[in-house]
Amino acid sequence: MLLIPCPYCGERPEIEFSYSGQAHLVRPPRPAELSDEAWSEYLYVRDNPRGRHAERWRHLRGCGRFFNAIRDTTTDRIAVTYRMGEPPP
Amino acid sequence: MIVGGGGHGLGTAYYLAAEHGLTNIAVVEKGWIGGGNTGRNTTIIRSNYLFDESIAIYEHALKLWEGLSQALNYNVMYSPRGVMMLAHSVHDTQMLKRIMHADRANGVDNEWLTPEEAKAYCPPLEIGTHLRYPVLGATLQRRGGTARHDAVAWGYARAADALGVDILENCEVTGIRRGAGGAVEALETTRGLIRTPRVGVVAAGNSSVVMGLAGVRLPLESFPLQALVSEPVKPVFPCVVMSNAIHAYISQSDKGELVIGAGTDAYNSYTQRGALHVDLHTLEAICELFPAFRRLRMLRNWGGIVDVTVDRSPIVGKTPVPGLYLNCGWGTGGFKATPGSAHVFAWTMAKDEPHPYAAPFSLERFRDGAMIDEAAAAGVSH
Repeated sequence: MLLIPCPYCGERPEIEFSYSGQAHLVRPPRPAELSDEAWSEYLYVRDNPRGRHAERWRHLRGCGRFFNAIRDTTTDRIAVTYRMGEPPP
Repeated sequence: MIVGGGGHGLGTAYYLAAEHGLTNIAVVEKGWIGGGNTGRNTTIIRSNYLFDESIAIYEHALKLWEGLSQALNYNVMYSPRGVMMLAHSVHDTQMLKRIMHADRANGVDNEWLTPEEAKAYCPPLEIGTHLRYPVLGATLQRRGGTARHDAVAWGYARAADALGVDILENCEVTGIRRGAGGAVEALETTRGLIRTPRVGVVAAGNSSVVMGLAGVRLPLESFPLQALVSEPVKPVFPCVVMSNAIHAYISQSDKGELVIGAGTDAYNSYTQRGALHVDLHTLEAICELFPAFRRLRMLRNWGGIVDVTVDRSPIVGKTPVPGLYLNCGWGTGGFKATPGSAHVFAWTMAKDEPHPYAAPFSLERFRDGAMIDEAAAAGVSH
């Protein structure tokens, strides 16, 4: 089980958190003007990298707040967590 | 060229040679054949899906399973011992009956059992009403069952090899070279350059990575899916039992181990392992449903990396890159599809057009919104 450093509460066990996948996805401001390719890219296509991954977590059973993390998908080690709105380090 | 020496990739090579007369085929595999998800799954075979498109391709696979040992002259130990899926709530009952009727309307066997009939078919099952999630009934697909996973890889590999297919292990693809028109020209590998006009990528959990070499981004996420086995015991469990609602999958191998499927970990990963709380969640359900197994010791657990699409249906077909074909996204349920997947993918590569069973599972369905939403049908990994 991962020990995840919540930026607000410190290290807590993984079962307190929920995972929301790739971070920094920005909803296009005017979806109606997008091509079908661009809209499906936003909805479904993901980086899914082998290595460094920026991802969104929520401390669901703790403070309840969302935050982002940088984790290596080949080791599951979390390099850093940071608050929503902050750029990836 | 086929990238990926699992059951789906080796099977594709076999059918290209056996049914399409193409023998200048090679399979490249970065590890050893059958060492990925082919050797890591719980070997369950069934075709009791909800949607017509899914039923067609999985039933195609099931029919091939029935004759596979004969076709390959290799005993894959296909054992149609029956797959039972349990209902624990009114919603489960309605959903499983809906699936059962969809199957029967498609000519696929599936039947409804009362709790007492389920107990008679699988005596270790606890059907008492004191359970937090009591068994209200079950569907049974009698033609479903299990097969020997390693034998599937070895059987396809030996049969393909006998037809002239080259199988290159320890050969990782490091680049996909494309010509001026964008078409595939060659594969760069850790063992040198291989020129080829056609490449089929059958890389399961690594599909995003391999297709990234050709600049194609996919609607996939890769997760660890865990399984575990108990110490071996005498024959005690006659069939396969699945409970989607409380998340338990169990059968008994011919070696006597109870083979138990756990869930996926929550996060993307390529580690081929997972956390213990995922296994414990499944074991709690197993101990409730099968109290006799409470004192069994678990022997080992492991993980495989499954490539999951948003609708939990696979992607089989052509790609935007000429000469590049894709077979991935089988997610948490690819083993059962092995012969069908390989068969329709070989057809698709040989004729450069999607096999009718593969056509609905195109990459374009995400653009067009033509999902085959088995995710909603099962509610969990399936």
